[in-house]
Amino acid sequence: MPTVSMKVNGVDVSGDVEARTLLVQFLRETLDMTGTHVGCDTSQCGACCVLMNGDSVKSCSVLAVQAEGAEITTIEGLANGDELHPMQDAFRQNHGLQCGFCTPGMVISAIDLVSKNPKPTEKEVREWLEGNLCRCTGYHNIVKAIQAGAQAMGG
Amino acid sequence: MTDTGIGAAVRRKEDHRFLTGRGTYTDDINRPGQTYAHILRSPHAHARIKSIDVSAAAKASGVVAVFTGADMAADGVGGLPCGWQIHSKDGSPMAEPAHPPLVTDKVCHVGDQVAVIIAESRTQAKDAAEKINVDYEELPAVIDMTAAIKDGSPLTHDDVAANICYDWHLGEKEPVDEGFAKAKHVAKIDIVNNRLIANAIEPRVAIGDYDPSSGEYTLYTTSQNPHVIRLLMGAFVLQIPEHKLRVVAPDVGGGFGSKIYHYAEEAILTWAAGKVKRPIKWTAERSESFISDCHGRDHVTHAELALDGDGKFLALRVSTLANMGAYLSTFAPCIPTYLHGTLLAGVYTTPAIYVEVKAVFTNTVPVDAYRGAGRPEASYLLERLVDRAAREMGLDPADIRRKNFIPADAFPYQTPVALQYDSGDYTATFDAAIKIADVDGFAARKAAAGKAGKLRGLGYSTYVEACGIAPSAVAGALGARAGLYESAEVRVHPTGSVTVFTGSHSHGQGHETTFAQLVSDSLGIPFENVDVVHGDTGKVQFGMGTYGSRSLAVGGEAIMKALGKVIDKATKIAAHVLETSEADIEFKDGQFTVAGTDKSMAFGDVALTAYVPHNFPHETLEPGLDESAFYDPANFTFPAGCHICEVEVDPETGVVEVIDFTAVDDVGRVINPMIVEGQVQGGVAQGIGQALLEECVYDESGQLVTGSYMDYTMPRASNLPNITVANETTLCAHNSLGVKGCGEVGAIGSPPAVINAVVDALSDFGVTDIAMPATPEKVWRAIQSAQAAG
Repeated sequence: MPTVSMKVNGVDVSGDVEARTLLVQFLRETLDMTGTHVGCDTSQCGACCVLMNGDSVKSCSVLAVQAEGAEITTIEGLANGDELHPMQDAFRQNHGLQCGFCTPGMVISAIDLVSKNPKPTEKEVREWLEGNLCRCTGYHNIVKAIQAGAQAMGG
Repeated sequence: MTDTGIGAAVRRKEDHRFLTGRGTYTDDINRPGQTYAHILRSPHAHARIKSIDVSAAAKASGVVAVFTGADMAADGVGGLPCGWQIHSKDGSPMAEPAHPPLVTDKVCHVGDQVAVIIAESRTQAKDAAEKINVDYEELPAVIDMTAAIKDGSPLTHDDVAANICYDWHLGEKEPVDEGFAKAKHVAKIDIVNNRLIANAIEPRVAIGDYDPSSGEYTLYTTSQNPHVIRLLMGAFVLQIPEHKLRVVAPDVGGGFGSKIYHYAEEAILTWAAGKVKRPIKWTAERSESFISDCHGRDHVTHAELALDGDGKFLALRVSTLANMGAYLSTFAPCIPTYLHGTLLAGVYTTPAIYVEVKAVFTNTVPVDAYRGAGRPEASYLLERLVDRAAREMGLDPADIRRKNFIPADAFPYQTPVALQYDSGDYTATFDAAIKIADVDGFAARKAAAGKAGKLRGLGYSTYVEACGIAPSAVAGALGARAGLYESAEVRVHPTGSVTVFTGSHSHGQGHETTFAQLVSDSLGIPFENVDVVHGDTGKVQFGMGTYGSRSLAVGGEAIMKALGKVIDKATKIAAHVLETSEADIEFKDGQFTVAGTDKSMAFGDVALTAYVPHNFPHETLEPGLDESAFYDPANFTFPAGCHICEVEVDPETGVVEVIDFTAVDDVGRVINPMIVEGQVQGGVAQGIGQALLEECVYDESGQLVTGSYMDYTMPRASNLPNITVANETTLCAHNSLGVKGCGEVGAIGSPPAVINAVVDALSDFGVTDIAMPATPEKVWRAIQSAQAAG
């Protein structure tokens, strides 16, 4: 079995994995970091989004071995102690989550959007979320949260 | 109102853990020594199993065990029970075919469970499944309901004639016939309520665990009602008594009805854990969810409305075929009957209504409640029919509705279809929606859109809903095989903080917040001092779970009842300590005060006295401050409202864009307006999804065509508008909070508003009907054929 090493939320980690192991399986099953979720098997729902070297990726569509040497940020790595990341806080303030299952992917995807487009319009946010499904909120408050989060992040 | 009490938009307690990846969903749980299960499912819609050979799979790498239906039958495992019995017109009970967790003789839908493989890893279990050899004899399948009830149709179950589960009716035929005899106009409609898939983003998961030392089984499951699963699975399927069976439904990632039911995998995993004496986890892959989660809706209806010359409704006649799928899921039979037929008065004074419903078996996945459950089907057919009547009679669709509303002073109002509405003001929600949606400005917006080559349309929908199915005695008389109350325990700790144990289950609704607001408000203690526990039969005394928008109206009332008991006892304790009579104690803002004096005692001091009872009325009270209550409501609650949708259609492409959506709902008293708004927006999104995007499609052989997110069109952010939500409140007349329920109103009110708007937009072409989902292709074809017809 190949050994894979990467930095997850600033911590060096490594593990032996089957070659077919997905990054999301490595995070959830090898590292026991269950904040990243799996909601589908066709790379459509986006619940598994993590940042890989600063860009959001669907960790169900990346092999663990492809992340060799990468810097990965998951939902667990965003808050500073008890202090939520501005995007996390914006989701809370704007009721941008209900069941919470799609939320890790939404927040990660939103942070990636703001890093590329600091002041996204409503239309840009809605189009960016093409790859993230939410069944609870109707997206209304997610869009609001992302725009508020962008502002709080200094956009 | 305090900033955390009733009526405050308190930010949610549960959000911190969900936002930091600290939620505990079922798949996040791992038990020591855990194995993994894979379910082998039928690839055929209908086939006899001639033989199953598991010998090669059993020997495969990492495999712990392989079980088939024969193994379960040998252990005396029962079939999955149905929780509601309907009787046909002739008094005969519904057909109730056996529903084995693992099939032994005949598979009845693609996805039916055939065998379970348990292995050291998921991949080993999946790989071994490939080595199972099932010899199937394919049988003709029946998919379409109208074909299923014809003579000579293939039978889903050999012992169910014409595939009819029941042939039910409600209402009196004669007054309806009289209404039609004197009608000046009769509007008719043939309508399909499209089959949907709930698609909670968290797939279903089950973990079975068995402790040989205590003989206790534990099932961790993605369920909306763990106690009911314990009851059904324990008593009917596995014969495990309640004290040896714990069901835990931790954080659950959305349900929308699809996680109410007792599913085969729960019984298979629990039973198998006892066989292999190790924990077993099963996690559905999404493609598996599509063919094993219960589907929703799927009605075919013909309806006729009789009107007088002024557009007053005289009578309504409805005939519906409702798809049950291959087996009866837990609550399936009550959806098209008591949650559909009884809602056909809507918000109108229609004096005579007759409805008949045939429930039909087909070789498809079982169909049960999906957000709204029966009530969206009722509101869709009524509101489409009312719009059609208005068009045919040249009446304004707003005027015809207003003319027929049950007046605000007519409550309690007895409908001709069993329900008695306790409160409402349908004109108030209607007027508010018309104002917010700026209906007055529509003509100008339509003209402007026309100049840009777009067709604008505006659609109304007014609806009533029945929530919190109750009381138990009535539900029982109508066929429920369960009580429909709720339970709560309010445990006050010695220093005055509180843990509430509720039988309701939160899977996104924010109960931990809303229920804590009730406690904070009632006891005058800080919101932070209250925690809410749910979803574990090992902790909560009992519960009937969350569905039908019942959590606040039934579960919340149970908490209020327990809080009342806490306050009563605390008052007695305070009176003793303050050396006065109970009647002289006033309780306000967390302080027990002797009326007219400055002598008082804080709630926390009373709690401490209850647990350190040195100065305590031992002769009349027991120490401690921990009260429980069961609440069985007096009636359903009846939320109602008006939704207005404005669309633009591109005639060149058929693409429909929802420009504006306004929902004005009467959900009774609002505890947390932020949460209510979110619930309505989510429901509306699902309703717009049904109207424009979503459809579950089978081919003729029973293969699911829409079996993944690549094929089943889930609403995405770019498909939806901002959704304007407002409330007009009348209080529920029979519960202490005056609450009605808000979880389903969005999904009930919105589909007809959207489709009425699309039909309105296309009306200039002479289009009078468009089926859900109104995809670009359907809309484009409707325009083309209308133009061709001239």
